[in-house]
Amino acid sequence: MVEYGDIRVVYRGGSKINFRKPVISNDSRFLLCASGESVKVFSSVTEECVHELRGHTGQVTGVLLRPSNHLQVYSCSTDGTVRLWDFTDGILVRTYVVGYPVYSIYASLNHKEVVFIVTPVCVFVFAELFQLVAVNLPQTPDQLVEARDLSAVLSDVSSNPSTIAFGRGGEYLASVNNLKMEIYFFKKNKSYSFSLREYTKNGGKNTFTCIACHPKDDCVATGHDDGKIRLWRNFKQKKEYTYSTLHWHHSAVSSLCFTPEGTNLLSGGVESVLVQWRYNQENQKDFLPRLGAAITHVTVSPDGALFSTSHSDNKITIIQSCVKVSAVIQGLVKGENVTTGLLVDPRSKALVLNGRPGHLQFYSLQRDKLLFHLDIVQQEYIHEAGLEQFEVVRAAFDASGLWLATVEERKQKSAELELNLKLWSFDEQTQSFVLNTTVSAPHEARITAMCFSQAADSQTTTLVSASRDGHFKAWQLGLPAHTDGTQEWPSWSCDFVGAYHGLVPRCCCFSADGSLLAVGFQEVVTVWNPTSWELLTTLSQPPGDVRNLCFGQLSCSKYLLGSNNKKMVCCWNLLTCSLEWSTSMDVSLLLVDSRSENMAAFCCQDGSTDLFVFKPSEPRPLFSQKAVCSGRVIHAVFTPREVMLESSEESSQWLNRSQLYFLTEFMDLLTFSTKAEEEKLMASSKQLVIDDTVAMTPFYLLLGKHRHEHLGNEESAERTPLPQSSVAIKELLQTPAHVLPATSFLCSMFAKSLLISVTETSFMNSLSVLSAVAVKL
Amino acid sequence: MASFKPTQIPDLPKLGEKITEDTLYWKNYKAPVQIKEFGAVSNIDFSPVSPHNFAVTAFTRIHIYGPFSQEPVKTFTRFKDTAYCGRFRSDGQLLVAGCEDSVVRLYDVGGKAALRMYKGHTKAVHVADFTTGRYQILTASDDYTCRLWDIPNAVELTAYQEHTDYVRCGVTSKLNRDLFITGSYDHTLRVFDSRTEKSVMTMDHGQPVESLLLYPSEGLLVSAGGRYVKVWDLLKGGQPLVSLKNHHKTVTCLALNSSGQRLLSASLDRHVKVYNTTNYKVVHNFDYAAAILSLGLAPDDESIVVGMTNSILSIKHRKNLEEPKETSKPRRRPSYRVFMKGKNFVPKQDDYFVSKPARQHLAKYDKQLKRFNVSKALDTALEAWLRRKKPEVTVAVIKELDRRGTLKNALAGRDEEQLSRLLCFVIGNFFDTRFTPVLATTAEIVLDIYQCVIGQSAVIDRHLIHLQKLLEKEIYYQKDLMEILGMLDTMFAFSLLRKELICVLQHYDDLSQL
Repeated sequence: MVEYGDIRVVYRGGSKINFRKPVISNDSRFLLCASGESVKVFSSVTEECVHELRGHTGQVTGVLLRPSNHLQVYSCSTDGTVRLWDFTDGILVRTYVVGYPVYSIYASLNHKEVVFIVTPVCVFVFAELFQLVAVNLPQTPDQLVEARDLSAVLSDVSSNPSTIAFGRGGEYLASVNNLKMEIYFFKKNKSYSFSLREYTKNGGKNTFTCIACHPKDDCVATGHDDGKIRLWRNFKQKKEYTYSTLHWHHSAVSSLCFTPEGTNLLSGGVESVLVQWRYNQENQKDFLPRLGAAITHVTVSPDGALFSTSHSDNKITIIQSCVKVSAVIQGLVKGENVTTGLLVDPRSKALVLNGRPGHLQFYSLQRDKLLFHLDIVQQEYIHEAGLEQFEVVRAAFDASGLWLATVEERKQKSAELELNLKLWSFDEQTQSFVLNTTVSAPHEARITAMCFSQAADSQTTTLVSASRDGHFKAWQLGLPAHTDGTQEWPSWSCDFVGAYHGLVPRCCCFSADGSLLAVGFQEVVTVWNPTSWELLTTLSQPPGDVRNLCFGQLSCSKYLLGSNNKKMVCCWNLLTCSLEWSTSMDVSLLLVDSRSENMAAFCCQDGSTDLFVFKPSEPRPLFSQKAVCSGRVIHAVFTPREVMLESSEESSQWLNRSQLYFLTEFMDLLTFSTKAEEEKLMASSKQLVIDDTVAMTPFYLLLGKHRHEHLGNEESAERTPLPQSSVAIKELLQTPAHVLPATSFLCSMFAKSLLISVTETSFMNSLSVLSAVAVKL
Repeated sequence: MASFKPTQIPDLPKLGEKITEDTLYWKNYKAPVQIKEFGAVSNIDFSPVSPHNFAVTAFTRIHIYGPFSQEPVKTFTRFKDTAYCGRFRSDGQLLVAGCEDSVVRLYDVGGKAALRMYKGHTKAVHVADFTTGRYQILTASDDYTCRLWDIPNAVELTAYQEHTDYVRCGVTSKLNRDLFITGSYDHTLRVFDSRTEKSVMTMDHGQPVESLLLYPSEGLLVSAGGRYVKVWDLLKGGQPLVSLKNHHKTVTCLALNSSGQRLLSASLDRHVKVYNTTNYKVVHNFDYAAAILSLGLAPDDESIVVGMTNSILSIKHRKNLEEPKETSKPRRRPSYRVFMKGKNFVPKQDDYFVSKPARQHLAKYDKQLKRFNVSKALDTALEAWLRRKKPEVTVAVIKELDRRGTLKNALAGRDEEQLSRLLCFVIGNFFDTRFTPVLATTAEIVLDIYQCVIGQSAVIDRHLIHLQKLLEKEIYYQKDLMEILGMLDTMFAFSLLRKELICVLQHYDDLSQL
């Protein structure tokens, strides 16, 4: 086996950004959220990711602003460390090693240099018992610090971070778990616990789900499983506590949050409605409905200007305090299963798969960003558990990207299967897809496969859909109908219904020039002529049902490949209608690259997946890799590259024209990347950091404006190199502020470095540098 | 925050015929005027000169009707027996008619008594027409002959005895004074030239020929006989061009519309079909009450006149497009100024522009659905005009409620009146195949909910019994249809098998020959 060192598998598509509560910075300009093994810093205005704080080696489980310095942030992770970051520059300041996996982190201004973390109780390894621990953070200038000074505060807490909250000014700490609420007073060093019965008289479940403490008042709000919110007061005595109940949510309240002044209480749940309750006037409430998906977390910025809600569809919505959505940060939506498979939009080269219920998401692979959602179902989404919704199950693009076909279905327990086939045409003016034809009940049973005729130059496109009812249907665009002067849009209609001895078609495939259609009916592959719809030939290689079918491309277009469920891959020569070769391989996925002759086969073998890339005409594979990833690969796609790579190495040549993306059963989007590509990426990311150094301050505005004018005047004149180019200044500008020595010490050195350049550059330039330095300090 | 997505009203395929330009054109006629004649109307002929009166031959009379009056302007009654084929001359002054008593009579349109009588045929004369020369008459009769007569002298010029059966139709050329064509029950069409002794062309129609028609260019000839309408190319020596079989009884009459673009054929199956003359496809169809014997089309298609065996003459006049619509005075609308108020305001440079969000307009039921008022939503969808005019909207709302899982809640808790309204709707639309799946679930849920109160209200019980009867009937129909389908399947299977068998046998024959 040859070592393919320069090709490796990398993750794409980002990870969950809705895992934990995001944090909004003090000036409301940045939003920080835990995302996989890193913390992402987003701009709250432009929705762009500004920095990614990388360093943790485990899942990041919490982000928290440092109470004593609002430009620094703590993050905790399951790797047993707490890290302190400077998030404006994206620099790791210090690492505290705790030694136990950390599940959430809390701090208050009252407790200097102490953070409270939730860790599992070590006695029982498998029992899910957690305790709240106070950690003293030692104040040393070292980068790596051992923080072993732990003291348990509360035992038997929940690992969910929204179940613990600090009370007014950090005087007390409230925690809820199942049916018990515990309030711990630091001064008295004493805790009171309150418990509820499991069910109310009406049968509602009383389990606590979340908690929030009023910042100015002795009041604790708790959310419950039956949608109730309880406001607890007077809990300083064990006996005389009172509570009032607010009820609007129909299902569990997932998050609660008070605004910094304590005037409003925000709550959210599965209804995807943000509810704003007035404190002390609870019958007045504001709603922000239809936020798209169930709310998992609600947060408020420290100045109260912005709210943010995290949603179950990997989305963070930023809301102004006047209850108006201002920005949406959307990650790649990963549902339970991707039924449409991975597709590539030929126009935008975006990856298309189903995301939100009833939508198709278009995900730009180059920019690693979700472009938009296309609403396929066009129905009001009802947030209710146990309700059967319409799901997009199949989608297909034609070669030019002009037409999109989608299939949606809804299966109710007792009723018939509801199927809709929709055809969308691309509108040049609005640059989006417009619904052209809806075919209700195109087939009597589930549609197993759907594909467009591939030939890009042909006048008419044909869509073929195969279904479990034993038929495949060909759909064609009709001629525009002229009636009474009003021209109607041409619509799609069924052109041909084909069947083969009552067998169930499982896959279908058009040849590259659109002259042949292959339909796999269980064990038999039938080849049809799409113009006259006559059955040309049948190919068969029993036993085993045909699972995948694809035609060869370019010089290999005479081959038809198929894989069946009895671990066989067959290649037929269509000129002789005979079997060219066959091999025993358990191929779960077979796909063809439209830019070259290459084909990729994913084989699933005991828990891991192997990849083979080969040409149908050659006996040896071009590339093979064992154990590409753990688990089964469920979907894969070749995407064309915008710029061709020029790799001379034989093993990576197959990645020159296109990239291979694949999705595992754990919903990880992976791809192969070559060394050259990575180097290019690294270079571009370095450039980005340098561009970012100039901040918009009044000083900059004043001088920057002046400088722009200045530049405009002497645009034609030859520009002298700026002082930034000198090594000393570069060093000075690129080292973070907190590592720098005192300003007074630096000043003379800096001035010295300028002395040389002053003779040749204008004074304005040096001033601008000074301004930049001043901003930094 | 996304806006509320209103209920999708599916654009259901319209049942019935497709609307094309042709259907619009041919439907643009007023309700027919029906006139009772004395017997079966055998022929209708329009006068070629304005005001385009038409002669209707029925039993022993010929009536001449004006274009607008429903009373005949003139009547010719001096026939001893049934009259046939009353036709105008090209100047509209003279009228000729055959008769059962074998005498051909010539009338002046203004006069009453016959000007001339042409005697010579031995049997009933079914065809009589003027030639283009204006001084000769063509007649054809059941004695198998056709003859040419000189009008002023009433002498027979020529007699052709080539047909071997009754001659029942004939047409004279409008461009050539010597040419005429006759069709006979001996299945042949013959083209005669009066300058020669014999027919110049013979075509075989295959059925007794009932009617003939020449195109204005006279390159094509249309013949009707049996169930077939056939088009012949005369310039290619009588080559058959098309054979149309769209009627299921004998085609009796043919006509061409004024532009020559559409061909009409009338038949005993009570239909008039309109064909496109470029592709010979049926573009429209008229239904009549009885078997049609004669058909006439006024110049410019101003009216369609049809004579039937039940002696009714039906006249359809074209609707005038310029006819002012009899609507009441249009409602006075607010003036232009009202709508333009504030619209032409141009903001100044430093003005802060506050955009007004566009308000989403929602239908009444959508407003209720948005508020999750499911019962009210169903009530608004069941409003009288909506459920009568647009049942698809009501069904769509029911479907939406079902999708939301709240249909049961919406249907429950209704009083007698509301429930009977709902049941009426269900009964009325149950067997519309587009709505059946939705309404079946609705009916099921209604029965589930209200089964404990059945028998308390007579109205509801009546509705339920009605529904039950309808269902039984439908099941009976379906059973019948399934039986027929089974029979057809066996028949098809048998025929296929036989074909294959024949193929195989032929194959064996070939082999044995080898």
